[in-house]
Amino acid sequence: MSLYTRSGRPRPQGSGLELAIWYLMRLSGVALFVLALAHFSIMHFLFDPANQTAEWIASQRWNSLLWRSFDWLLLMAVLFHSFMGVRTVVGDYVKGGNRTVAMSALYLVALALFAIGTIVVMNLPVPGKA
Amino acid sequence: MLLRYRGSEGMLAWAFHRISGVAIWLFVVLHVVDIYLVGGDPKAYDTILKIYASLPGRVMETLLGAALLYHALNGLRIIAMDFWPALTVYHRQLWYASWVLFVAVGLPGAFLILKPAFGL
Repeated sequence: MSLYTRSGRPRPQGSGLELAIWYLMRLSGVALFVLALAHFSIMHFLFDPANQTAEWIASQRWNSLLWRSFDWLLLMAVLFHSFMGVRTVVGDYVKGGNRTVAMSALYLVALALFAIGTIVVMNLPVPGKA
Repeated sequence: MLLRYRGSEGMLAWAFHRISGVAIWLFVVLHVVDIYLVGGDPKAYDTILKIYASLPGRVMETLLGAALLYHALNGLRIIAMDFWPALTVYHRQLWYASWVLFVAVGLPGAFLILKPAFGL
């Protein structure tokens, strides 16, 4: 493959983890084109942030399994895509021992966000429902 | 034909993609934490919401939307060229096309986000 621009990361050679991540970045990218743009449009164009209180999210926005599933899928796609993206950036600019520290911190933050995001979207009670 | 960095559109497209990507990542970290507060500390969440709904907050949301829209459109362009390499010949035209879509979608979007701050 000699035909490419440097707008995107070139497809890694071989068939290892890096190639899998390369494909998953594109797969999650297409998913986010739908999920993230829909989420942003709903929360900013259909509704107004000024009205999106904690009570509104609990009783209206997260009143159905559909929107909780939607938001959890968005969380999974965005955590993978954004943290793997920043991993590429860190790999480009940070070298040696600092890279190990930065990558470890990155994975720890990703894990923490995976945990707290999943907990709140799955466990937040809907007022009036058991 | 090998299209290399010559300091033109391809390099700008790459730089904007990286800058917008890191900016969106920073917001994602903030956003997952603030949404966690909906369950963990609803009063703190409602306080943060007032910042989001203020004029400076709305300007930041407009910039976030711009970063998201650019990253999404340019990302599709990258994916298209990755899987249909023949399109790479038209990488410049595709980039300009993505800017046409960016303006066509972004201007009405920016208006919708900002108008409540002006009482519209």
